[in-house]
Amino acid sequence: MSKNIAIKVENLSKAYQLGQIGTGTISRDLERWFARIRGKDDPFLRIGESNDQNTKSESDVVWSLKDINFEIEQGDAVGIIGRNGAGKSTLLKILSKVTAPTTGKISGHGRIASLLEVGTGFHPELSGRENIFLNGAILGMRKKEIQRKLDEIVDFAGIERYLDTPVKRYSSGMYVRLAFAVAAHLESEILIVDEVLAVGDAEFQKKCLGKMGEVSKGEGRTVLFVSHNMDAISSLCKKGIVLENGLKKTYSKVEDAVKIYQQFNQANILRWDNPKSNYFPRFESAAINITGEQPYLLLNVAVQIIADHNYTPAFITFDIKDDQGKTIIQSMPSASPFIDIQKGVIKIDLSIELTGLVPGFYSVSPWVGPQNTVTFDRQEDALVFEITQSPTKNRVFPYYKSDGFISAPTTFKITHAN
Amino acid sequence: MMLKEEQEWTIEAKSSLFDLKLHEVWAYRDLLVLLVRRDFVSFYKQTILGPLWFFIQPLFTTIIFTFIFGNLAGISTDSLPKPLFYMAGITAWNYFADCLTKTSSVFKDNAAIFGKVYFPRLIMPLSIVVSNLVRFGVQMVLFLILMAYYYFSGAHFGMSWAICLFPVIVILMALLGLGAGMIISAMTTKYRDLAFLISFGVQLLMYATTVIYPLSEAIKKYPAYAWIIEYNPMTPIIETFRYGFLGEGSFSWFSLGYATMVTLALLLFGTLVFNKVERNFVDTV
Repeated sequence: MSKNIAIKVENLSKAYQLGQIGTGTISRDLERWFARIRGKDDPFLRIGESNDQNTKSESDVVWSLKDINFEIEQGDAVGIIGRNGAGKSTLLKILSKVTAPTTGKISGHGRIASLLEVGTGFHPELSGRENIFLNGAILGMRKKEIQRKLDEIVDFAGIERYLDTPVKRYSSGMYVRLAFAVAAHLESEILIVDEVLAVGDAEFQKKCLGKMGEVSKGEGRTVLFVSHNMDAISSLCKKGIVLENGLKKTYSKVEDAVKIYQQFNQANILRWDNPKSNYFPRFESAAINITGEQPYLLLNVAVQIIADHNYTPAFITFDIKDDQGKTIIQSMPSASPFIDIQKGVIKIDLSIELTGLVPGFYSVSPWVGPQNTVTFDRQEDALVFEITQSPTKNRVFPYYKSDGFISAPTTFKITHAN
Repeated sequence: MMLKEEQEWTIEAKSSLFDLKLHEVWAYRDLLVLLVRRDFVSFYKQTILGPLWFFIQPLFTTIIFTFIFGNLAGISTDSLPKPLFYMAGITAWNYFADCLTKTSSVFKDNAAIFGKVYFPRLIMPLSIVVSNLVRFGVQMVLFLILMAYYYFSGAHFGMSWAICLFPVIVILMALLGLGAGMIISAMTTKYRDLAFLISFGVQLLMYATTVIYPLSEAIKKYPAYAWIIEYNPMTPIIETFRYGFLGEGSFSWFSLGYATMVTLALLLFGTLVFNKVERNFVDTV
């Protein structure tokens, strides 16, 4: 392997099994087996079980990644771009050794620090100091190393005064700052970051981006970065890899990659089915259509939530983002948990007013959870719709995002005074 | 200081079954220490009753066993004071049972961490076994206090040379719990309802171990079925424990050697299946 290649990925594939891997419990497997010998249908096969990601619907294998090849040079900052289910997270998981590939090989040199989540292993009862050591050790640091970096970490997180307070008393902002600080000070040659910047306040996000830029440009470390935020990717990365349905679509300069992503990303996705999950409760499917006339458009959403037993009541929200990944509308039908999550499939039909929304592509990210800090399921950019009509009748000159997203219906009265 | 020598690595689809990655476990030894510390500190901080709970459980179990099995059922305790006999069994058994049950749910309990960051997974069950040593130590103190009490009130028992085997016994219990627990943990990733069987199974296993009766008594009463108890690797361990501390019990080098062989076999097999499951379990949990 050439000296200046940090990561070399060869024929990497990852398959997920669907359907027949077993139901997860012996009693159900026995029931299934008993049904089969009596010649009955499998009682646990869901109706209409299929998967969009696969061309052959009879096959129960989904290729989350297929024959991926690329090389990353030392000191490069590479953005990994793709829609939900494109394989980004799987790629990061394999690179982080959390899961093993089905075929293929990755080789490289240099220690990898991977940040798929901030604060992994934080214990609420332990103090900030104790958690720094524990979290650092989980990320692969030796105790001596953490000791040496302690001041820097505490300084970056800005928590000197609370260093010996249990982290359960921290505000969520402090918690995230501390967690990121530990990870950012890892002495590694390769840094893998998955959208952790989606948390924390704007100022801290800037600080994180700055730190990551420093890491890649200043210290010459290799950075792999996954984000839905194209601005962050563009400013931070030199190159971009675009993934689509588990295939590598492009690996080029970041400007080109972002452009290509935005081009193919701009297509309506009016129906979405959960491809390969077995956690509960989760979104099983979602579908949208738009009715009404501008400026009074209605976004009709039908979602299905599936649960394996009863859970605490939950509420749902929908984030509507523009094509830059910025949330511009949030729909929250009720601020208190209004859906009983009972065993089985729950269908919810909603309609969201999109009064005056200007033309463009928008994505919908459904979320469900029992309280605002606890998530059952969230599907980032699951659906995409396009508004083509102008909210203001007969307007032909283009819309610019800098002029706002809503062209509010306005009534007027003109009085001419003589 | 910054970079040591370049570390080459590869990630491959298949790995050798016998690659136990023990050097990695060694490299992460600080994590092991910190996890044990976490368990201890969080338990200690949680409740006032926390440390007290360590005492209450064996104490009450001993009292109940004394009444039910000792007095009501009249099962012999080899001429030893009944509470002392039971507490010896309970103290040793608790340590083994804790190691077994906690290790067997290690994937489920740590799914969140395992799904997000890589470290040698063996660290987790190892930290469980070491953490449980703290609790075991506390219960040993209780047992020693009880011993002292009976000693000064003139009961007839005496330590034997086999007390020197105490460290060996502790290690055997830890490794046996670890090995069996890892095998079960690998199975529970496929069948989650197996976890319910564990607490029940551990209880059943206790009755097949010489916790509430001496081995000699079992052989006398059920000569045809006593082999079940004799083949149970925990039996020689507890018998040796009792023989060492109280001077009563069926000790033989042969049965202790047998327990050691079973322990090592389970440990090896457990480590192999654990390492195999660990690679992909994130996809199925």
